[in-house]
Amino acid sequence: MRRKEFPVYRVAKHVTVKVLAGVLWSVPLGAEAPAVYAIRGARVVTGKGPILERATVIVRDGLIADVGAQAAIPADAWVIEAEGLSVYPGLMDALSSLGLPEGSPATQRRPEPPSSAEAERTEDVPVNSAWVRAADLLNPAERRIEAARNIGFTAAATFPMRGILCGQGAVIALAGDRPGEMVIHPSAGLYVTLTTRRGGGFPASLMGAIAYLRQVFLDADHYEQARTIYNRNPAGLKRPEYDRALEALLASPRVLLPASTAVEIARMLRLAAEIRRTPVLYGGHEAWRSAELLRESGVSVIVSLKWPERDRDADPDVEESLRVLEMREKAPATPATLAKAGVRFAFSSAGLTDRRDFVRAVRRALNAGLSEADALRALTLHPAEIYGLSDRLGTVEPGKIANLVVTSGDLFQEQTEIKHVFVDGRKYQPIAISREEGRP
Amino acid sequence: MRRVFQIAAAVCSALAAEPPLVIQNAQVLTVTKGSFRGSVVIRNGKIAEAGEKTLVPLGAHVIDAGGQYLMPGIVDCHSHIAADSINEGSVSVSSMVSIEDVLDPEDIAIYRALAGGVTTANILHGSANAIGGQCVVIKLRWGKDARGLLFAGAKPGLKLALGENPKRQGYAPAQGRSPRYPATRMGVEDVIRQAFAEAKAYRQAWREYQDKVARGENAIPPRRDLRLEPLVEVLEGKRLVHAHCYRADEILMLLRLAEEIGFRVKTLQHVLEGYKVAKEIAAHGAGASTFSDWWAYKVEAYDAIPYNAALMLRKGVLVSLNSDSAELMRRLNTEAAKTLKYGGLTEEEALSLITINPARQLEIDDRVGSIEPGKDADLVLFDKHPLSSYAKVQKVFIDGELYFDRDRDLSARPEREQRRKALVEREREAEKKQPSRTRDRDTERPQ
Repeated sequence: MRRKEFPVYRVAKHVTVKVLAGVLWSVPLGAEAPAVYAIRGARVVTGKGPILERATVIVRDGLIADVGAQAAIPADAWVIEAEGLSVYPGLMDALSSLGLPEGSPATQRRPEPPSSAEAERTEDVPVNSAWVRAADLLNPAERRIEAARNIGFTAAATFPMRGILCGQGAVIALAGDRPGEMVIHPSAGLYVTLTTRRGGGFPASLMGAIAYLRQVFLDADHYEQARTIYNRNPAGLKRPEYDRALEALLASPRVLLPASTAVEIARMLRLAAEIRRTPVLYGGHEAWRSAELLRESGVSVIVSLKWPERDRDADPDVEESLRVLEMREKAPATPATLAKAGVRFAFSSAGLTDRRDFVRAVRRALNAGLSEADALRALTLHPAEIYGLSDRLGTVEPGKIANLVVTSGDLFQEQTEIKHVFVDGRKYQPIAISREEGRP
Repeated sequence: MRRVFQIAAAVCSALAAEPPLVIQNAQVLTVTKGSFRGSVVIRNGKIAEAGEKTLVPLGAHVIDAGGQYLMPGIVDCHSHIAADSINEGSVSVSSMVSIEDVLDPEDIAIYRALAGGVTTANILHGSANAIGGQCVVIKLRWGKDARGLLFAGAKPGLKLALGENPKRQGYAPAQGRSPRYPATRMGVEDVIRQAFAEAKAYRQAWREYQDKVARGENAIPPRRDLRLEPLVEVLEGKRLVHAHCYRADEILMLLRLAEEIGFRVKTLQHVLEGYKVAKEIAAHGAGASTFSDWWAYKVEAYDAIPYNAALMLRKGVLVSLNSDSAELMRRLNTEAAKTLKYGGLTEEEALSLITINPARQLEIDDRVGSIEPGKDADLVLFDKHPLSSYAKVQKVFIDGELYFDRDRDLSARPEREQRRKALVEREREAEKKQPSRTRDRDTERPQ
C-alpha cells in the first residue's frame, strides 16, 4: 500500500499510537513508524560523487536501499514528495558528550585515592577512569540529543570527559528507545585531557599530566608483555595482577589528544609517537600553522566549531598582542588550510544546538575559503572515516545506515529549513524552537 | 634522540649551503683567549677563525662592526622561560616530569632574552620538591619549534632543592592542599637518600632480570619506572644535578649526601652562603651558579653578600651568574659587571661568569662560551663594552644565523602596530554586525 503524508493521517497515527501503546505496552513507540520510505524527486547531495538532481532515496529497515533518478518506489513505501527539497547525509558530531548525562554517577562517584600520589596501581589515580565506557552510560532521553537532531545531527562520537584518561567513547545514533539500540560502535577511542588535579595530588602541572600519560602507556605495554610471558609458561612466575584501566588502554583503537595551538599540536604528535598509539587531535584552532606537519604525520584533526572569541568582559585598556589577535582572526581559516593541505579534519559542534549559531559557525569557515563540499565532508564522511565507520556512515549510498537530513535548500544557509531528519531509517520532525523560547 | 640528530644534521646541511660570514673591524672579547681588534670568520654555523688579521673567504657575507664589541653568546645556567609549566609541586620526588615536554618556543621571554645577548639557557624545573623534574638546555633559536630549541648533545639535568621551598608544603601547605612530607631540612635529606636508595634497587632489579634472561630463565621484566630512571642516570653520570640551595649547612649536607650515595652535584644554584663553604664546594667539584646581589627576599637569603661570586671564584670554585628571572635575563652583562665592584674581578673574569663558566657547568664548553675556532658561532655584538651599563645589544647570532637585529626590530615596529590595530578594528566591526549569542549558553567541554 502506498501511503501519503497528510494531516488526517497524522492525527490517526497519534491515536493509533496511544491505543497500541495502551494495549501492547511492550512494543516500543517507534516501532509503529513505517519501515519503508521513498523520498521522491529531491536534490540528493550524496557526499560522494556528483549531486543527483530529481533523484529518489529509498529507505528500508533502517538502511538506504536505493538512490537515484531511476530508483523504483516499492509498493509498501511511505512516499515523501521532495521536489524542491534537498537530501544530505545525516550530520555526525565528531566529538561530543551527547547522550551522556552530565554528572552521571558512573563518572562522578569515583573512589578517592590513597593519599600517596605514588599509588601503586594506575587505576588508583583519580584522573584515570579509562575503563568507563560511554556505551554503558547512554541515556536515550538525554535532553541534548533532540536539540542536536533538530539541527541535522544524526550521529555523534560521544565521550566521558572527566579526568585525564577519561574513558572510552562510542559512536551513537542520535535517536533510539534503548541505549543498546543507539550504539553504532562501542569503542571510538580514549578521550584524553591534560587537566591537572585540584587539591594537590599528582599530576598538578601540564608536564605532570604528560609524564603520567607516558608512564601509564608504558605500563600498559608492560602489562601486555607480562601477561604474554606468563601465559606462555606460568611455572615459577608470579601471576600478573589484573588491572581494568590498563585493559582499557590496550583495547582502545585510538586516543584523542587535546591540541589547539601549533605548539600543542607538535607536542601531542610527539607524545603520540612516543606512546605508539593512533592519535586524533582535537581543538585545532591554530592548525592552520601546522598543516604541513599534520599532513606528514597523517593524523586527523577534530576542529571545534566554537571559534575563539574576544572576552567582552576583558579590561578594554589592556592591549592584546598581535599573536593573540591573529590566532582569533585566523582560526576559522583552519579548515580551508587543512583541506588544501590534504589533512583530514572533522567538525565538532562543540555544543552548538541553535541552528543559526551552527550555520554561522560553519559559514565563518566557508567565508575563510572552505568549499561547501569540504564542509559537508567534515560533518559526515570524515568523522565516519576517523572512527573507522565509513562503510556504514557518512554518505547517501545504498547499504549504508539511513541517516539523512531533508532540507528546504542549501544546508549551510541560515534561512534553510530542516524538514525531516532520518536516524536509522526513522523519520523525525525537527521542532522549531525559537531563540526566545529557549530549549523545549 | 635520533630525531635530535636528524634535525641537527638537517640544520647543518642547510647551513652548508650558506656563504661564509665575516664580522670585521670588531673589538673581539674572546673571554678565554684575550681581546683584540679584528675579525671572526663563520663557516657552517661554526667559528672558523678569529684574529686580528683574517682572510675574507670568497663570496663571504661581510658585516662591518665599526669597532663595536663582539663577545660570545651569554649562557644562563638558571632560567624558567620558554616552558608551559615549571613546578610539579604535588609530590616530593617529581623526577618523572620533564621541562622538555612542555617547551614553549613562542614564549616572548625567549626573544627578550635574546635581545639581551643570551644564546643558551638551562631551563630548570622549579624548587617545590626535594627532587624536582628533568631540566633541558636550549639555544634561544627564536622562530624555531620546540625541537629546534634543543641544544643537541647537551646532557640533560635534574633539579634538586633544599631548604624552605621543598619543606614549605610540609608545614604550611597552600590553601586547599594537604600537607606533604617533608616539613624540615632533615626530611629533605631523607627524601633524597630514600629516592636514590629506590633507584639503586630499581637498577638492581633490572640487572637481576638481565642475568636471568642471560641464563635462559623464564622471567618477566620489571616495570619501567620513569620516576626512578632519571635518578639511575644521575648515578651513572649521564644526567647533571642542579641543586637549589641557600644555607652553608645544607650545602655541606648535600655534598656529603651525594658523596655517600655516589654522585656529584654538578651545580649548586643560588648558593648564597657558598662563600662560607667555598673550599668544600671546590673539593667536591661542584659548580656554583649564583646571583650578583639579590638578598633578604626570604629568611634563608639573609646572609647573602654581593662578594659571594668573587670569593667563591678565588677559592677555586667554578662560578657563574644566573638570572632565574625573565627580566634579569635581559641584562646579565650588567650583573656580571657588578663583580668588578664587589670583589674586584678582572673584566675577563667577570665575562667568564656569564659565558665560559656556565658553559663548563653544563658541560657544553667544547661548543659555546668563548670565541674560539671550532666552537658554535653564538655571538653578541654590543655597541659599547658589555660591562658598561650603557651597552646595548645590536646583533645576536646563534650557529652563525642572525636571530636578533636591533635595527630590524625597531623598523618592524610601526608595521606590526598597524597590523595589530587593523585586527582589533576588524574584530570590533564583525562583532557589531553579529552580536555574540553563544556566550551565555551552556556548551560542552573543551574541544
